[in-house]
Amino acid sequence: MGKLFSNKQKSILLGPLSKNNPVVVQMLGICSALAVTAKLEPAIVMALSVTVVVAFANVIISLIRNTIPSRIRIIVQLVVVAALVTIVSEFLKAYAYDVSKQLSVFVGLIITNCILMGRLEAFALANNPWDSFLDGVGNGLGYGIILIIVGFFRELLGSGTLLGFQVIPEKFYEWGYVNNGLMILPPMALIVVAIIIWVHRSYNADLQEK
Amino acid sequence: MNREGNVYTVVYASVMVILVAVLLAFTSQSLSKKQKENEAVDKMMQILRSVNVTSTAADAKNIYDKLIKESFIVNSKGEKVEGNAFDVDMAAQLAEPEDKRLYPVFEADIDGSVKYVLALRGSGLWGPIWGYISLDDNKNTVYGADFSHQGETPGLGAEISKPAFSDQFKGKSVFNKEGQFTSIAVTKPGLPVEGKDYVDGISGGTITSQGVGNMLYHTLEGYVGFLKEK
Repeated sequence: MGKLFSNKQKSILLGPLSKNNPVVVQMLGICSALAVTAKLEPAIVMALSVTVVVAFANVIISLIRNTIPSRIRIIVQLVVVAALVTIVSEFLKAYAYDVSKQLSVFVGLIITNCILMGRLEAFALANNPWDSFLDGVGNGLGYGIILIIVGFFRELLGSGTLLGFQVIPEKFYEWGYVNNGLMILPPMALIVVAIIIWVHRSYNADLQEK
Repeated sequence: MNREGNVYTVVYASVMVILVAVLLAFTSQSLSKKQKENEAVDKMMQILRSVNVTSTAADAKNIYDKLIKESFIVNSKGEKVEGNAFDVDMAAQLAEPEDKRLYPVFEADIDGSVKYVLALRGSGLWGPIWGYISLDDNKNTVYGADFSHQGETPGLGAEISKPAFSDQFKGKSVFNKEGQFTSIAVTKPGLPVEGKDYVDGISGGTITSQGVGNMLYHTLEGYVGFLKEK
């Protein structure tokens, strides 16, 4: 890798994966983390879609950051994000119809994901395109990693499957094991996120509020 | 140039909106042919699933052309009407007054016996749900069913599209022993319903399950004219 990433760029890219995670540290994007994590597969596709959209929206806003009138900058950001999401969703419909059917309304909901507006406001408006791209990818992945962890536990404990394949052996059910129905309901997503935050903060004492 | 002035702001906003509109219109136009094809193939796959035939996007059209021998449109009295059944938009038909609605019927030939595939449409929790149900040639016993949805919750309401749910409908009857139309109820698992056939709904997907029950009742009601005609 060498000179491709400076130290600052490394922290822009990798920071959001842990110390600066958009979900468990900044508490953004919680709503969609509840909605799409009942199964692992939509969680993964959602993670990828958000990463693509936030990365490109960051680049576009960063490229035009010096021309945007500050009074309508939020509107400009929304238009860029909405246009990107619409294009992504149209492409999915044309070339990955199955995936687009699965994600259905959630693709549209990417527009309202707070992480996007947050990164555009906080980062892309003040940084060059390459840094903004890294920031977008980092935050997308930081969001995605939490989604995937939550989706993993919810599908495993709630349905006994992973990516649709049965992983809990039939024998367990014969011995009296029962899937936890609560896991597939939204409250458990919140509890799983909370447990992740708990574990994360006990490893990172500097993140604990006094 | 003053970037905070009113003129700049208004011009900037207008140019941006026009550019984005052109871009989106162009994307939509250039992809719409492909999307329409996908939708048609998807519809064929749904119809095939309702007669318990699995197909892939690649072979759906061939299998469809082979199995679906005939298709026609009926009105609420059960009379045949001119038109192409595949193009009937159920959403538009259900917005019409009851006596003006048109319903598509697809006749499938499965190992020499005729199955009637009927289209369904209703609402779930978040948006429309639809599906196809196939009946044996006695126009009463369910041969197979398939349900789709636009945006039901994954893992909960969205489970209606899984065979685990739709396979329960096989062998159920839409008329009771006295020949009255009863439809098939979708209930809470384990809760029996008097006087008609029923299947178990989905835990955590109560509203969607009820939606399927209502959809079956209200859409099949319109087919009664056709179904009673022997």
